[in-house]
Amino acid sequence: MTTAILKQPTEPTAARKPNRSFVHGLRTNKKAMTGTAVMLVFIALALLAPVLFPGDPSRITDMASLEPSPEHWLGTTAKGQDVLALTVHGSRSSLFVGLTVGFASTFIGILVGLASAYFGKFIDEALSLATNVFLLLPGLPLLVILAAFLPPGLGTVILVLVVTGWAGSARVLRSQALSIRSKDFVAAAVVSGERAGRIMFREILPNMASIVMGTLLACVIYGIGAQAGLEFLGLGDVSTVSWGNNLFWAGNEGALLTGSWWVFVPSGVCIALVAFALALINYAVDEVTNPRLRKIKTPKDTERSAAK
Amino acid sequence: MRFILRRLGFYLIAFWASITLNFLLPRFMPGDPVSRMFARTQGKMQPEQIDALRKLLGVDDRPIWEQYIDYLHNIVTGNMGISISRFPAPVTEVIAAQIGWTLLLGGTALVIAAVAGNLLGILAAWRRGGAIDSALPPVLIFIGSFPYFWLAMGALYLFGVILGWSPLRHAFSDGAEPGFTSEFLSDVGAHLVLPALTIVLVSIGGWMLGMRNTMIATNSEDYITMAEAKGLRPGRIMFRYAARNAMLPSVTSFGMSLGFVVGGAMLTEVVFAYPGVGYQLLNAVQGLDYPLMQGLFLTITAAVLLANFMVDVLYVRLDPRVRNN
Repeated sequence: MTTAILKQPTEPTAARKPNRSFVHGLRTNKKAMTGTAVMLVFIALALLAPVLFPGDPSRITDMASLEPSPEHWLGTTAKGQDVLALTVHGSRSSLFVGLTVGFASTFIGILVGLASAYFGKFIDEALSLATNVFLLLPGLPLLVILAAFLPPGLGTVILVLVVTGWAGSARVLRSQALSIRSKDFVAAAVVSGERAGRIMFREILPNMASIVMGTLLACVIYGIGAQAGLEFLGLGDVSTVSWGNNLFWAGNEGALLTGSWWVFVPSGVCIALVAFALALINYAVDEVTNPRLRKIKTPKDTERSAAK
Repeated sequence: MRFILRRLGFYLIAFWASITLNFLLPRFMPGDPVSRMFARTQGKMQPEQIDALRKLLGVDDRPIWEQYIDYLHNIVTGNMGISISRFPAPVTEVIAAQIGWTLLLGGTALVIAAVAGNLLGILAAWRRGGAIDSALPPVLIFIGSFPYFWLAMGALYLFGVILGWSPLRHAFSDGAEPGFTSEFLSDVGAHLVLPALTIVLVSIGGWMLGMRNTMIATNSEDYITMAEAKGLRPGRIMFRYAARNAMLPSVTSFGMSLGFVVGGAMLTEVVFAYPGVGYQLLNAVQGLDYPLMQGLFLTITAAVLLANFMVDVLYVRLDPRVRNN
């Protein structure tokens, strides 16, 4: 897992209705479209896995450690399992966990961030304290300790990843919510006596659409990567088929030492492709909402490069 | 001063939260760790060991607050119990033997990644759309998308197994005589290169992009235009005026990354069998060595908190605005 890139809280684009231009900006952005296309392919593969490769992909056969061939496009493992079937089936658990963790952590982040920014004072102090403590606790060791004490299973993996993953999004969303909280239309809503929940979710939240989306994408990337890491350490549910477990078994069966690179490569590449696709969409969101990051040469830049 | 005291209070609360978490986990989790461990060691545990364990993990019959006070007292006095897998070594001794390796590996990698990444970020922002700015970020983001342990294993396979340039495991060769001799130090260095490089490779992109994005904001400030109008040398404007003011977020990231040094080098240590605290933590988990596991988690947390506090103190010196509010 790489270090989290600290996000600069971007200024909200104008007020009120940024949504249409935001969606339009994404649809005309090459990065966003490439990322979305890759994600759609993987989601389709995950949904179609039982149709494409019927039967149990982890069934042990006597066709052990075969190189890629027309019968087994990606070869077989030391236990005679078809690597392509394992990889395609693995996408189901990996995408499911990634998306669940992403949505759950973002949801908690939204609740904590909005409540923090809206109520301020004591509530803000308490929630910020909790957020900062969770941000500081070292993620992977905490993940390992929790996984060691909880009974193994998919639920545990998801729970552990949400517990260690929500704080980052809460902090980013709080700072954005704070800047919108100070806008006039929110003050107007407060004075007109609207309920707190309505102001938070109907007035403030819609103006944070882009940053919520960025947070969600980052959380899904985190979920997929952290699940793979946890499973690679043998701390997930080793009986399920997922990209992380495929790599755990590959390592366990000494795939690299025996030169069976085809067992080791596909799941890693799939994780990378999904993470890269999501990162592309995330960067596109940043570019669309933060004009400064767009690749337009300002007169000043041209001048400067000309001077060199 | 008030700022520093406030931060100190915060870190104390954070530390209290993590030791309490450490206390609560084994007590409220399903299953009885002591029986599990007893079964694992096939009855080789001594009766006094079992008693000590029950006390440590809170499976005894005393009221919970009494156990809690006992536990806090033990932590304050640095008594974290006896390691099971390395019986009869005390947990503190096992940890003391390993934390140095973790600091060496994580510290080296962090400093290299932060310095190189920030320099690249400065250059990329200075020449918007230039070679560094357009070629490096996508490549680094793509590399950063791979699971870290996967890249590390690939590197180990390529440079260790196939090319044979790098030693495969551990922090120094078997049979090497530890000591401050040039022979031993170069052996340690040879074992350090590959694990450190893989960490640098995956983390440098974050540094570079963070710095690039703040630099772009700084570059459009009026005082930069002013400096250019005065005809100062571009190098001077770039480092003294723009980069210096864009550094602060990087300092914060540096503090956060210190957590990566102690805790995040875990996967590296596992892949390279590097004898640091992360590798030991996984061994403790696999061996159901609960006292060692808890001791390691506390040590890692304490190190992270301490490092962050030191960065906070440094921050006050760098940014006078912090002092005033």
